[in-house]
Amino acid sequence: MTATASTPTTAKPVATGRSLLATAWMRIRRSRIAMASLAVVVGMVLFAILAPVLVAIEGQDPNTTNTTPEVLDNFYTPGLPLPQYMYPSAEHWLGVEPGLGRDLFARLAYGARVSLVIALLATLVSVVLGTILGAAAGYFGGKVDMVISRIMDLFLAFPHLLLVLSIAPILQSRLAGTALGSGSFVPIASLVIVLGFFGWAYLARVVRGQVLTIRQQEFIDAAQSYGTSHRSMIFKQVIPNVTGVVLVYATMMIPTNITAEAALSFLGVGVKDPTPSWGQMLNAAQAGNWYLSDPWFLAVPSIALIITVLAFNLLGDALRDALDPKSSR
Amino acid sequence: MIGFLFRRLGAMLILLLVVSFITFTLFQFGPADPAAASCGQECTPERVEQARIALGLDKPFFVQYLAFLSGLVGPRMLGAPGAEQVCAWPCLGKSFQTNENVTDMIANALPYTVSLTVGAVVLWTVVGVGMGLFAALRKGKLADRLIVGAASFGVSLPIPVTGLVLLLVFVGTLGWLPFTTNAIRSPFGEAGFFGWTTNYLLAWIALAVLFSAQYVRITRNNMIETFSEDFMRTARAKGLSRGTIVFKHGVRAGITPIVTMLGLDLGAMLGGAVLTEQIFSVPGLGFTAVRAATSGDLPVTMAITMLAAFFIILFNVIVDVSYAFIDPRVRVN
Repeated sequence: MTATASTPTTAKPVATGRSLLATAWMRIRRSRIAMASLAVVVGMVLFAILAPVLVAIEGQDPNTTNTTPEVLDNFYTPGLPLPQYMYPSAEHWLGVEPGLGRDLFARLAYGARVSLVIALLATLVSVVLGTILGAAAGYFGGKVDMVISRIMDLFLAFPHLLLVLSIAPILQSRLAGTALGSGSFVPIASLVIVLGFFGWAYLARVVRGQVLTIRQQEFIDAAQSYGTSHRSMIFKQVIPNVTGVVLVYATMMIPTNITAEAALSFLGVGVKDPTPSWGQMLNAAQAGNWYLSDPWFLAVPSIALIITVLAFNLLGDALRDALDPKSSR
Repeated sequence: MIGFLFRRLGAMLILLLVVSFITFTLFQFGPADPAAASCGQECTPERVEQARIALGLDKPFFVQYLAFLSGLVGPRMLGAPGAEQVCAWPCLGKSFQTNENVTDMIANALPYTVSLTVGAVVLWTVVGVGMGLFAALRKGKLADRLIVGAASFGVSLPIPVTGLVLLLVFVGTLGWLPFTTNAIRSPFGEAGFFGWTTNYLLAWIALAVLFSAQYVRITRNNMIETFSEDFMRTARAKGLSRGTIVFKHGVRAGITPIVTMLGLDLGAMLGGAVLTEQIFSVPGLGFTAVRAATSGDLPVTMAITMLAAFFIILFNVIVDVSYAFIDPRVRVN
């Protein structure tokens, strides 16, 4: 169409005998920003995994309420923590919540688990769907391509947030009726399904584009000439060649999903109290206008969210620069 | 050109039908019983049945769906048998919750969403494209690195965080601006342009922070690419003024992807900025949709989802058509 339309890029042969991941790692190690973001990402994941340990060391737990007048003010602003409890202290590392007096550090740590699990699993669902469908569309072409492409168009034209908003409560009520419907499983599972199922289309389009150029290359003819099955062609020949792109998009999808979880829980259709998540904590900060009288309560989940999303975004940028032959900076 | 338009509009209609069908189907699996909800608490089973008939929910799925579609073509009758009322075209049904006419609800909510969209789009286009262009012209210098760094930070700011922090600082602490009110729908009302601006300013900024950052990135990358092309060197060699080179040659050639993104974002915004409207209590489409979706109000959710999809698809077509005007290299076929 135009000069800007994607001209098929022939992937440059990467340095001899080095795997894709090794190349990426080599380039990332050279960038200070990329290394710092990687450290933050690893740190956050560890923080989430070790939440029970850390909270045990602190000596608190995320669900114990404490509304006694020694902790929460009952007089001027009912429910507001007294200054020594509002801010970090040796007893409560990040202070306590207004209203219920629960420990903020414990909620942040357990919330990190919920937020990250949702974001990572949703990304996994999208990546699996997007890669397989995109590869199938590009590889088979013809009718298969047409059907999958039309479905992609449909998903891309759908007002996502609105649809997710109406599906999440439906899914939650359906799941709640099953044997799995206990504890925090239902909201987590429904967010994973909803976010995962609506995030694949963009990746699929990118993968399809890549596969269209891969299909032209000789090794595909070679594999075909000794009668490789379609299945093994897609999984053994085609998909390994799009790993780089998929990795870049997956890294960028994680922060999007972290933000989406926060958004949905903030709107009250995602994770709900008493299960903590960063979005639920934002929701709690807005509910009853607590953020106006206790800004720290808003700051805790906000800072965690921003740091994590920023680190994933920067890491994604670095990965793209390292793996995408088109971006040359 | 005309043929192209007709084909695109045809595809648009089909897509809208699919969207409406999917939304309609989803609600058949819905959690809440709309009849019981509209009947209110402590309602006898007979009354619930009556409500079900009045809402038309006793009929088979396809009959309900076709009845809904008929309202898009012409007027349709609504209500219990014997007490039907005409619902004028375009009829989107009545809210299960408030019994209000959905078309009226949308007509009420739309001005708020448009107010929010117009200001935010102007703000983020000016700031985002301007800073992106500036960064591209100063590529590699300190200003460029600062802008790129700010943009990386900006895209990582979730709207609830930005929105609440803005409210906390400018409304709660400093008191420079009032909380958003429902009273101001447009700049032409009693409050005037100034009242309208102050009412929506924080919401615009909350959206603009996120979107400007994205526009900075796309503008900068595109402009750097364009500036390195041969015709730009030719323009410089001809001795044209810097302004002419940058704006008449550079921006005009590199603006296509930015227009695409602007069109798509505009379409998405008009369907309701759900989060921003919720945070700032702007009773627009997004705000209405959240309430409807969480209370199982099918007609309202359907209508807003379809309207949002309509805007998204419409702006897709507008973007495609506008290419031909912006970029003479493109020929619509």
